[in-house]
Amino acid sequence: MAEFKKLDPIQKQLLEQISDLHTMPEGAWSLRINGELAGKNSSEHITIEKKQDLPGIDIRIAPGTKNESVHIPVLLAQTGIKELVYNDFFIGENCDVTIVAGCGIHNAGDQASEHSGIHRFFLDKGARVRYVEKHYGSGEGTGERVMNPTTEVHLAEDAYMEMETAQIKGVDSTVRVTTGTLADRATLVVHEKIMTHGKQYAETRFRVDLNGEDCGTHVVSRSVAKDESHQLFLSEVNGNNRCSGHTECDAIIMDKAYVVAKPEIAANHVDASLIHEAAIGKIAGEQLIKLMTLGLTEKEAEEQIINGFLK
Amino acid sequence: MLELQHISYEVSEQTPGNDRKAEILHDVSLTVEDRFVAVTGPNGSGKSTLAKLIAGIIKPTSGRILLDGTDITDMSITERARAGISFAFQQPVRFKGLTVKDLISLAAGKSISVGQACTYLSEVGLCAKEYINREVNASLSGGELKRIEIAMIIARGTKFSVFDEPEAGIDLWSFNNLIDVFRGMYEKTKGNILIISHQERILDIADKIIVISGGRVAAQGTKDEIMPALLGNTSAGCYVAAGKGDKKNG
Repeated sequence: MAEFKKLDPIQKQLLEQISDLHTMPEGAWSLRINGELAGKNSSEHITIEKKQDLPGIDIRIAPGTKNESVHIPVLLAQTGIKELVYNDFFIGENCDVTIVAGCGIHNAGDQASEHSGIHRFFLDKGARVRYVEKHYGSGEGTGERVMNPTTEVHLAEDAYMEMETAQIKGVDSTVRVTTGTLADRATLVVHEKIMTHGKQYAETRFRVDLNGEDCGTHVVSRSVAKDESHQLFLSEVNGNNRCSGHTECDAIIMDKAYVVAKPEIAANHVDASLIHEAAIGKIAGEQLIKLMTLGLTEKEAEEQIINGFLK
Repeated sequence: MLELQHISYEVSEQTPGNDRKAEILHDVSLTVEDRFVAVTGPNGSGKSTLAKLIAGIIKPTSGRILLDGTDITDMSITERARAGISFAFQQPVRFKGLTVKDLISLAAGKSISVGQACTYLSEVGLCAKEYINREVNASLSGGELKRIEIAMIIARGTKFSVFDEPEAGIDLWSFNNLIDVFRGMYEKTKGNILIISHQERILDIADKIIVISGGRVAAQGTKDEIMPALLGNTSAGCYVAAGKGDKKNG
């Protein structure tokens, strides 16, 4: 059961930002604070075990588990911590579960704090997972807040995974790598939201191998780059069978920011149907004007448009 | 009441080696003090330019604009909106991410209940439940966007509203409903509604019709004064060409 120490106010705030939780919920969870496992809890169908050889945990969800959730937040509130964590998720046949991960870094010091997580998902036949991951940084220190998540998704026949990832504030540098391999009739849906400001850098790399017959992927990335920040979007979708793939990269640039999108789609099968859409530009003038005719100032209009875009 | 005094608007037409001015509106003076004033005229005559000048999206090259006696010529779009001017675009704008409810709330200037938003949508003939949480993006048809645009003006409820061709794209929705919307707005605001339109049935409810042609006021007057001449010619342009312009009693 819950055996972790009480959270301090900063840790509480980080937890709230990344998971909307005030404390750890009923059911299965694990909590990592400042580079160490601070507590974990298994439930009847979901077991969480500490890895023996590496930092990280194994999460096993029994076949047929439905409408249950797992929370695995990571909090870093000390300056200068660098960690690399390996979490593996084994999702049994015909499960239908929600997994909420996320990382909050508060860096009040002058040394970089860095969290790199390697998450591997193995979904058995017919399993369905909704995976939610939020990244957030705070703290007035000069030390950088760095997060480098890698997500590896393996979908068996008829499996379905939906990923929602968001990095809205305070992360100085991020390289996000997501890969997927899909068997027959499997589906991978990704919704990514990123906002960078200051001199931040965000890079996202997608690689999806559509190996199974009638499998499909839908990747939607929406981002806003402000100030002097820089973003790079790379996607690679390989259609190796009768399949469908759709990637969409939509970015708003402001100030002196710049965004590069390099999509790649490869149809290696005559019945592979692949689409890529990419659009980068500043906020459309007519959108600002419309909201100003409703009585908003230009600044208020801009905020509404960005909030809506990243909602 | 809105007054345009000697409004001219010109743009520079830049082509390589040539920078000449093109006048879109020339010395336009008119007063909108009735319930419904319709502005009509051929394509390219400057009607939409007139609407944009009133909303503050563009500034006149010369002339003044007065709202209830106050000079608003130098006010920004936002200031004019707050002073009580609403503008329904001819081509509504799409927003990725913002929902119908978001836009109606912004128009109302406050967070509104689902029930309240539904009332506005029902007034423009949309089944509210199906629309309230939809994004105002490319998934909506032109006609749906047009109705949402009108619902936003209803939600604002300001004393002066401009509609730029409100009937375009909503053919399946009967004009009677659209006319009811205008009547309902007037009952609530007791203000003035300026409607740019080519539709006879909209012109028919106007207390005053203004014909714009070639960037000038070609004629203005009551329906009875203007309509026979308009209908007697194939277009308002012919009307002016025939030398019948600028008369109150055509």
